[in-house]
Amino acid sequence: MIAIEDVSKRYADGTVAVDRLSLQIPNHSITVLVGPSGCGKTTTLRMINRMVEPSGGTIRVDGEDIRSRPVNALRRSMGYVIQNAGLFQHRTILDNIATVPRLLGWSKQRARERAAELMERVGLDPAMARRYPYQLSGGQQQRVGVARALAADPPILLMDEPFSAVDPVVRRGLQEELLRIQGELGKAIVFVTHDMDEAITIGDRIAVLRTGGKLAQFATPDEILSSPADPFVEQFLGADRGIRGLSFLSTRDLELDRSRVFPVGSDWREIAGRDPEGTPVLVTDADGKPLGWADPGAWDGDLADLEPYGPSFEVGRDSLRVALDRAVLSPTGLAVAVDASGQVLGVAGQETVAAAIRVARQRRAADTPQETASASAKAGR
Amino acid sequence: MNVLDFMQSFFSDGSQWHGYDGIPQRVWEHVQYTAGALAIAAAIGLPIGLVTGHTGRGGNTLAFLATGARALPTFGLLVLMFVWLGLGIVPVMIPLVVLAIPPVLITTYEAIRTVDPAPVDAARGMGMPEAQVLFQVEVPAALPLILSGLRSATIQIVSTATIAAYVSLGGVGRYILDGLYQHNYEKVAGGAALTALLALLVLVLFWAVGKVAVSPGVRTRRAA
Repeated sequence: MIAIEDVSKRYADGTVAVDRLSLQIPNHSITVLVGPSGCGKTTTLRMINRMVEPSGGTIRVDGEDIRSRPVNALRRSMGYVIQNAGLFQHRTILDNIATVPRLLGWSKQRARERAAELMERVGLDPAMARRYPYQLSGGQQQRVGVARALAADPPILLMDEPFSAVDPVVRRGLQEELLRIQGELGKAIVFVTHDMDEAITIGDRIAVLRTGGKLAQFATPDEILSSPADPFVEQFLGADRGIRGLSFLSTRDLELDRSRVFPVGSDWREIAGRDPEGTPVLVTDADGKPLGWADPGAWDGDLADLEPYGPSFEVGRDSLRVALDRAVLSPTGLAVAVDASGQVLGVAGQETVAAAIRVARQRRAADTPQETASASAKAGR
Repeated sequence: MNVLDFMQSFFSDGSQWHGYDGIPQRVWEHVQYTAGALAIAAAIGLPIGLVTGHTGRGGNTLAFLATGARALPTFGLLVLMFVWLGLGIVPVMIPLVVLAIPPVLITTYEAIRTVDPAPVDAARGMGMPEAQVLFQVEVPAALPLILSGLRSATIQIVSTATIAAYVSLGGVGRYILDGLYQHNYEKVAGGAALTALLALLVLVLFWAVGKVAVSPGVRTRRAA
């Protein structure tokens, strides 16, 4: 647990970077500091490993004032990841990762063995061990940066805009990787970003800071999206916070329509006869996997004439946001719901999703918000 | 006769290759002056350049002093030192060292100062002591530039060490000076050729040192 208690940073020229900030950063979770430039988020992060000394207030790690330890010992107990990775260009990937173990006095061989383990953990090809940073892509370099920070297995990881300099596709990959690693390691991660989407994607808790280094709101992503503390936070969230908030609602209890799903070989004339309006039905193969949409009255049974069903969503894993998105994209307005093996469980229209949203909101109002922001809903975005 | 003919007759004269005025002896003297002046200039210029580059303090003062030192006429300084100190190696070494310090010092300062700040920040943030930040992060990245400063200083010393002959010392400058005095242009051309050859040797030497000392991961930057 990192306790930031009434911490300020004022510079000699009178600029206030951080203004009497108090935050409790719990273990085994990702706390994101987010805000516009000049809000003091990076300064706050750098005060935790004493790269910046506060002008007032105290920071404690597990109850102990961080000033009570030698500064380099403190820093070696915290992983540090920065934008563009900041790799040592003259050292191989393996030796970059081995840096902190070497500083801690490990033998070269043991440090390298540890580094090789870390390469695997962050998803780097072992063949890269002997390469130099310039031979890697930006995304790969950032993976090395994360591996280097984790090498000595520190309980705390400080990440300063680590994924800001890579393209959106690579960034998403890195974010998923970080969540996966965090699922395995359970560090206390402090993550700085200016990107609210990134904060919502990876944060267990988000501290929104405003210009001048004041805390605007400190809450779970779900809470921030559903009830922003003030107009500043609301504006910072952007226009579609309602839709984004659906990311935290599970599809588990969605009422699926099974009456419109039929396997190949069904009696199409009979089905068409049941419904004179000719609403489309979803045709599945013998295993229950979706094949496409058909109008039962007009279809001659040729699979090539089926209308593509588009992307589907997985019940329980994907969120209501994904279900709504699939319904909007579907040619029939109906989203195809599948289970983990890809078998069709039913279909859901936009109305059904809307009803599920209402139910979830009502249930939410009765519950505590932290419990509904489940990790399973989070992974499905 | 042209210069090449002068050189040929100089180098083909067997008597030039023996004795206290022989080519091996004069070249050896020249190498000693050069190595001595370079060692002293590096011993002064490198530490100051490294520390000022690392801390970022004193850069303007340095640039001012170095420009001043560059403006000093080397030959004038030699004569002055000779008048003050008399004959010997010291009055020759002082102007050579003064000549060599600015390129070593300024290039080293600039090389360290312009190292990418991200790895330096990362190194500090990981708890690396300052001395290691300098020698294990900044110097390896700055090494190609630092070596280029040393190289240009060495080239300047090699060509300027010919003036040692003016105060009755040796080196290949002996041939140039004696040749001019004796109107023996074969000697002059030979001395000049030896100087150029030594300068080439310096280039080769520094290329080899760079190959060995600079990590293959370091991308060379444009010289400052």
